[in-house]
Amino acid sequence: MSGILTKLKDKLQSYRVPGYRTKFEYKWTMVVDLDRCNGCEACVVACYAENNLPVVGKRDCDISRRFSWIRIERYIEGEYPDVKVKFIPIMCQHCDAAPCELGCPVYATYHNQDGLNVQVYNRCVGTFTCATYCTYDVRRFNWFTYKWDSPLEQQLNPDVTVREMGVMEKCTFCIQRIRVAKDTAKDEGRKVTDGDVQTACMQSCPTDAITFGDLNDPNSKVSKLAKSPRRYRLLEELNTDPSVIYLKRVMDEKKGHGSSHG
Amino acid sequence: MENISYNEVNEDVVRTMTHTTWKYWVALVTCAVMATVLWGGAWAYQIYVGQGVTGLNTPTFWGIYLANFVFWIGISHSGTLLSAILFITATPWRRSIYRSAEAITFFSVLTAALFIFVHMGRPWNFYWTMPYPTTRQLWVNFTSPIMFDVFAISTYMTSSVIFLYFGSIPDLAAVRDRVTGWRKPIYTYLALGWRGTEAEWHWLSKSYTFFAVFIIPLAVSVHSIVSWDFALSMVPGLNKTIFAPYFVVGAIFSGTAAIVTLMVILRKSLKFEKYITMMHFDKLCLLLLVMSLLWSYINVVEVFSDWYANTSVENETLRYRMFMPPHSYMYWLMIITNSIMPLLFIFKKLRTSIFVCVVVSIGINVGMWIERYLIVATTLPRKYLPNMWHGYTPSLIEISITVGSFFFFAMLFLIFVKVWPSVSIYEVKEDIGIPMRKGFKRH
Repeated sequence: MSGILTKLKDKLQSYRVPGYRTKFEYKWTMVVDLDRCNGCEACVVACYAENNLPVVGKRDCDISRRFSWIRIERYIEGEYPDVKVKFIPIMCQHCDAAPCELGCPVYATYHNQDGLNVQVYNRCVGTFTCATYCTYDVRRFNWFTYKWDSPLEQQLNPDVTVREMGVMEKCTFCIQRIRVAKDTAKDEGRKVTDGDVQTACMQSCPTDAITFGDLNDPNSKVSKLAKSPRRYRLLEELNTDPSVIYLKRVMDEKKGHGSSHG
Repeated sequence: MENISYNEVNEDVVRTMTHTTWKYWVALVTCAVMATVLWGGAWAYQIYVGQGVTGLNTPTFWGIYLANFVFWIGISHSGTLLSAILFITATPWRRSIYRSAEAITFFSVLTAALFIFVHMGRPWNFYWTMPYPTTRQLWVNFTSPIMFDVFAISTYMTSSVIFLYFGSIPDLAAVRDRVTGWRKPIYTYLALGWRGTEAEWHWLSKSYTFFAVFIIPLAVSVHSIVSWDFALSMVPGLNKTIFAPYFVVGAIFSGTAAIVTLMVILRKSLKFEKYITMMHFDKLCLLLLVMSLLWSYINVVEVFSDWYANTSVENETLRYRMFMPPHSYMYWLMIITNSIMPLLFIFKKLRTSIFVCVVVSIGINVGMWIERYLIVATTLPRKYLPNMWHGYTPSLIEISITVGSFFFFAMLFLIFVKVWPSVSIYEVKEDIGIPMRKGFKRH
């Protein structure tokens, strides 16, 4: 009896990919330095252009259906005259323990070998579960089949799918660019090196607030930045284990005035 | 019920199936037309244009459709579960009400299942949630609560239909023996050649008992699973361990109330005063009272655990639900209808008053619908990041589909009372006792 059980256990374990959820080929990570970010929203515009995001119009914007995969959240703190405006760019956090992946019945969203939380549009049946479970509200739904007025359809990015109504989508960390970088690296018989992949938001950031790279590579820029004492992750207490690391904004802090703002 | 003869029972029940007044046809046609227009039309429009015709938005991805889904699943818990529990505990007053209660179960599960498709973004791909070997080489995700739903609801629907059918076989045979014309072959087929021999009764009772025992844990698990759709998320106000018992109690509560309402209608319209007596209402109302107290207790616990956690997100959800109009009006209305009004049933005089029964039972169902609506409509707009907070108002399409679902349910039930014996003939006879020659006393 115990022999059969051991055999069965071995058999079951052989189906498992060892190190799933802990070890990845690459560990794509984004570091956002809030000290550098000035909230210009160039990243938002770049994302619209790169990923074929539709512009939904006034009515849909009013009822919170804008499509930006990356958004600048703005918070205003305090009373006049001691007012502080804070802002933070938020995109899909590519959580390693993602709540959305738990919810999808058809594996439209799952974790790939690069540590990315990917969304397969063709598999999506639109149960909204992923978006409901998402603690960062970064998922966007195609409420209609959005149209681009001529000649705007000419500017669509040919590397990215144009989605139809009824599917969920979100920030992909510009997976089409990661693919190109990986293919090139494979042709040249090497691993992807730091700087090979640039996401659209990172490319367009005038102050270089966004850094993107492989956390598995100890010499990459993100690995070094991730050791910063200013490092934190959004809503870390929820244990979603996000792949986006924020560096806290400290330049506004008043020194020597006993103020605890910041 | 002792002054009825066996023949009278048969005649009474068959009469409801063969004799139809114009009022019935008016009701049926109204329901069918309304269901087609309000549900079918609106749904077709939604499928053609997209989910954008609803009031859903970025944080609030689940709205009135999910509320309806949970509501109808809740209604379904009355019938089969109640019938099975009462059967196992050998409660005599079950006999004349259980058939229609089980029918309610089937029809409301059907309505609920349709709401899953209504709320989907691409309903034409619904079969992708079924585990079958596919050319896409893709298995389904068994960690998903939606997946649990698919299994739970299909199992529940199948077993409640079988339960309903098994219990009806002797009655279908009785109907077969009495009807003529085009009805005859249909009931001959449905009665499966039932002759009423000792062995047949034996096997029927065996299998019926088996199903009754099987269905009780199944029904409890179904509504627990429905609650996990919400409870397995990390949304403040939804991720609570109390949700499974909360939903099960709520389901039995609303389901029993629905039974009371429909019993009153059946009793009046089919002239079943002999079979559905005040004693039945008395017992059902007692059950409602107990369920109301339980529901109130769980509701208090839910609010308490939010308050005790004292995190900013939980506090905001509570504030949004309990003190911010328009949801606060709905919340306190729900407290009145579900916790306070059923307290009237403490008094036997009120339990046996048809008027009070109708008012309170309809009130409970309104309250329970509000409860389900508030669960989705007050938690999702208040998730973790305040920048994304956005309220939710159902659109006309959503309201139309919601209203249409009630007509759809009514239509199914109206068809049911004409094609199926809506009171159990053979079990009512058990109540009457063995017939004796005139002049002899029973007992």
